[in-house]
Amino acid sequence: MADAILEVSNLSKRFGAVAASDSLTFAVERGGIHALIGPNGAGKSTAIGQFTGEINPDSGRVVFDGHDITHIETYKRAQLGLQRSYQITSLFPEFTAEDNVAMAVQSRQGHSFCFWTPARTDKTLRDPARAVLQRVGMADKADLKVTELAHGEQRQLELAVALASEPSMLLLDEPMAGMGQSESLRMMEILRTLKGDISILLVEHDMDVVFALADVISVLVKGAVLMTGSPNEVRQNRDVRLAYLGDE
Amino acid sequence: METDVVLNSMKRFMSRKAIVHLLGLLIMLTLPFVAHVIDDPFLVTIASRILIYALAAVSLDLILGYCGMVSFGHGAFFGLGAYVVGILIHHAYGETAITFLPGDWMGSFSAIVQWPLAVAIAGFFALLIGALSLRTAGVYFIMITLAFAQMLYYFMISLPTYGGEDGLNLWERSQIPTLDLYDEIQFYYLSLVILLVFLGLSYRVVNSRFGMVLRGCKQNEARMKSLGFPVYRYKLIAFTIAGMGAGLAGALIANHTEFVGPGLMHWTRSGEIMVMVILGGMGTLAGPILGAATLLLMEEVLSNMTEHWMVFLGPFLVFVVLFARRGIYGWLVGKDAKDG
Amino acid sequence: MTLALFLEQTLNALQQGVMLFLMAAGLTLVFGIMHLINLAHGSLYMVGAYVAATVTQASGNFAIGVLAAMGAAGLAGMILELFALRRLYNRDHLDQVLATFGVILTANELTKIIWGPQALFLSPPDILSSTLEVIPGTPYPAYRLFIIAVGLLVGLGLRYLIVRTRLGMLIRAGATHREIVGAMGVNIDRLFTIVFGIGAMLAGLAGAMAGPMLAIEVGMGESILILMFVVIIIGGIGSVRGALVGALLVGLVDTYGRAFLPFTLRSFMEPSAADSIGASFSSVAIYVLMAVVLIWRPRGLFQAYGN
Repeated sequence: MADAILEVSNLSKRFGAVAASDSLTFAVERGGIHALIGPNGAGKSTAIGQFTGEINPDSGRVVFDGHDITHIETYKRAQLGLQRSYQITSLFPEFTAEDNVAMAVQSRQGHSFCFWTPARTDKTLRDPARAVLQRVGMADKADLKVTELAHGEQRQLELAVALASEPSMLLLDEPMAGMGQSESLRMMEILRTLKGDISILLVEHDMDVVFALADVISVLVKGAVLMTGSPNEVRQNRDVRLAYLGDE
Repeated sequence: METDVVLNSMKRFMSRKAIVHLLGLLIMLTLPFVAHVIDDPFLVTIASRILIYALAAVSLDLILGYCGMVSFGHGAFFGLGAYVVGILIHHAYGETAITFLPGDWMGSFSAIVQWPLAVAIAGFFALLIGALSLRTAGVYFIMITLAFAQMLYYFMISLPTYGGEDGLNLWERSQIPTLDLYDEIQFYYLSLVILLVFLGLSYRVVNSRFGMVLRGCKQNEARMKSLGFPVYRYKLIAFTIAGMGAGLAGALIANHTEFVGPGLMHWTRSGEIMVMVILGGMGTLAGPILGAATLLLMEEVLSNMTEHWMVFLGPFLVFVVLFARRGIYGWLVGKDAKDG
Repeated sequence: MTLALFLEQTLNALQQGVMLFLMAAGLTLVFGIMHLINLAHGSLYMVGAYVAATVTQASGNFAIGVLAAMGAAGLAGMILELFALRRLYNRDHLDQVLATFGVILTANELTKIIWGPQALFLSPPDILSSTLEVIPGTPYPAYRLFIIAVGLLVGLGLRYLIVRTRLGMLIRAGATHREIVGAMGVNIDRLFTIVFGIGAMLAGLAGAMAGPMLAIEVGMGESILILMFVVIIIGGIGSVRGALVGALLVGLVDTYGRAFLPFTLRSFMEPSAADSIGASFSSVAIYVLMAVVLIWRPRGLFQAYGN
């Protein structure tokens, strides 16, 4: 695909006897929201882990924005513009919400070999951080410590931190996990606003969310892609319905 | 009555933290006068020792408390700094040339030559050891830093030229123009100034962008990498800076005790310094000072009471670990002790 | 340098390796299964040595002394585990290191209080005091051969325990799937105490066996503690097989280093320099070995069970 930002070819990973990724092949187009769905144990998180470099594939290739990133270190991929958010919230628990986002901003701005100027009062870090918090609707919680935030707010912060690095692609691993109805709707709105600027690969269990947001859906079963298509195509595909959607 | 009013208005202007800091500073500045008044000059000597170990402890806290690096090798840099000074004094005193260096350099009595060299060499080894050790993590990191410290320890023991196991007695202290390091009070204030300057620099460092990276690594290193930080680089620099601080403390201890020995590098020495950091309060800058003071004073007081005072230190340590995690500083200052 | 000398040093290396294995096996099990760094393991070794010396002298029988040492160490270990170490399982390594460091200090002082500060001595039993000519022309101390035999027996015994018994299966499972084992109705707490006890007994055995060869004194645990950690780090934490390989490697490097390095250096250096450099390098050799292994394999040579 000419316009693909992420191309995955024959990615394979075994854990003992289990093939978590089995010759996984698919591509994500620039600018849209591409959903990755599949039953539990299908290998979605393993796939994401291999895209970010946190898991080392046994074989296959991952090409991001024209670069072969299959075996390069995680931080280098982030510097190339690939960011992820985590299914199990992964923040800096002793920092405030704004500190967390500022950390991402700081990374974006280049090296941190600055030993003198206090970082917490540095406007070039705090202003962009606050702007991102505003964007996800958390500006009023900026000075709360992560431990003082509710679960849903932590999930919002999780997204904010990933956003603040100004990535060209976001890998979102169940961003709405554990969120209530209204929080989820708010998150969906935010994701919609990102379309076009940022390419998104969205791993999600909630089918309503998937069908509402996604331009393209890939269905993952037993570590391999069963099919890729528009939401309608996926909804009507018999194999998918048998393997995953049940009797919907 | 009036003291209440003063205290209350003080509380409005100053937090508990500021009061603790102010009191601490006051005590440190006036200690020699107090010692003079109660006619106990030994107080100044032990206070100097506390300041020197406090410096070593603060430097360890930079990597332990702020970055989560449990290094059992810190004693190595402490000892290296001491040995640099020791060797230079030894050769200068004996007017013998240093054989393993090119040329005929006969050492130096001048602190202006010795101490920066001590810092530089400690820093160099910290860079080397850190570069290798930071490739591991967790308990492996603990062990490999310990191993390197032990390597240096055994190396110094087997060098007969510099005393081997018995160490080296130093027959002269370092010389600084206009100061007399044999004067306990001058030595005390010099150590205090050095500690305060190091504290000041550390304060800037831990609050800078660099410091934020370290703190981020302590809380969630995986996320730091995920955000694009080349974590190894930052940890290595922090490790090197910490080593330099320990080296400076080593230079001071060599002068203070007029002796250098391999024991300074033993892993149990690293353990003692670590205890000071934890006891005082990890991840704070003032904590290690309190920890050093507490441990050394306990040693002093208890060893006068019974030769088996260690029996008490053991359970005390276990107690602190299990129940008093924030350390003494945390207990004094309360919630504001750590700022994340 | 003759073949006989080389073989003799190899036997020495085996003996040292086997001793280290006795210590390291317990330590690696505890570390691998309970994720506990126990610096006080050396203290159990010390207890073994002290009790062996005292009981052997009182009873006149070395075998009884060794058994008593194992019992005392095992008991001490289980009491320690029940009352202090159990709380440390979920703590981070730093806490464990500090707390067990505190235990060392206490154990050392208590030992001084009970037995006094001077060193104790223990002679091997008469039947083992002689030499055997296992290498033609070179008499070799029978006691050291005895140690090698005991060590290999223990190794086989441990392997049997871990691979073929129910307890062993629980140990292997408990290493990686604590909750599942718990859910199976097994009392995890009791399992941990038993594992700790086994490790403690082995340490006590090692201490008792080391007694005749070293000075039995306070702090003897610490000098060997580091070596033990080096062994299990090289071998891979949690792997008994790794502990054996690591122990043998360390034994070889240390023994050969001390025996042959000064000698080899003499061939291209003057004798006094060769000797002093050789001595200093050989004491460093083990640490260099560990550093090299870690840089090549950051998690040690073998994986723990189940990984």
